[in-house]
Amino acid sequence: MEEKEKLHQALVSRVLEGDGRASRAERRAAFDNATLTEPIHGLVSKVAKHPTQITDDDVAAVKAAGLSEDQIFELVVCAALGQATRQYRSALAALTIAVGDGGL
Amino acid sequence: MRLEILNSGYTFGTKVLFAFIQLASRQPVPDAAKLVFYRADFYGDPMKNITHEAMRGPSTWSVGDRELMAAFVSKVNACEFCIGAHTATAIGAYHDEARVAAVLSNLETAPIEEPLRATLRMLQKLTREHSVEAADMHGLLDAGVSREQIEDALAVCFAFNTTNRLADAFGFFVPGPEGFESGAQYLLSRGYK
Repeated sequence: MEEKEKLHQALVSRVLEGDGRASRAERRAAFDNATLTEPIHGLVSKVAKHPTQITDDDVAAVKAAGLSEDQIFELVVCAALGQATRQYRSALAALTIAVGDGGL
Repeated sequence: MRLEILNSGYTFGTKVLFAFIQLASRQPVPDAAKLVFYRADFYGDPMKNITHEAMRGPSTWSVGDRELMAAFVSKVNACEFCIGAHTATAIGAYHDEARVAAVLSNLETAPIEEPLRATLRMLQKLTREHSVEAADMHGLLDAGVSREQIEDALAVCFAFNTTNRLADAFGFFVPGPEGFESGAQYLLSRGYK
């Protein structure tokens, strides 16, 4: 595996599988933009798909629902990494097919 | 920033480091730098490793090309902080403001090499639509972009699709031109480690 892919994998493994203040299941769900309870689900979805639309109120609502700032920090990081990772993997897979098609 | 821990939740040693950076640069420590120092074992350290490798590691793309990709991806994502930071850094790396401005205003008419243009076009599609197809990659290979160059550009794209999201979610403070220039000088002399 290429060096950058190894470093990418190390980053993803750390945030999903290492120690954290949010549970591993919650971090995985945020990474996958999968089902979480509201209001954290709304914030995670915006991080993945509409980050410029995030407001102070979105973050305040998650705090008011009882999540700690460290938990919010982790879940937002996971959501951002998840979306960027889906893009990255899609492109690397497309590249592998294209290179293979070329008979290389 | 929207989380108080990212404004003030640092260890004594990190606070001292921030004070030195602020004294030396005569600018507040950029929020992008603060973010990677917060509980650095969780995100900052492993993210710095891949970002530094993507932006400064071995590649046939120049540092200027890669900073331009970072600025361009940030433009596609409309991330104000990262556009400012990496436009300034790309200009500094190339010593060519017109080239960077031309790409950011109109990729299709900018006077740049065709392999770079084709690569930026693919990064634009990937960033907007979140996926690309083998046909897109065939087009790039046909345009003379090597497999390694595509992989290198994808790592830059990954790093900035992550950072753009965090800048917007956490609400990074957007400095003025002096702040961006100071940050650019730092990134050009020290990289992302």
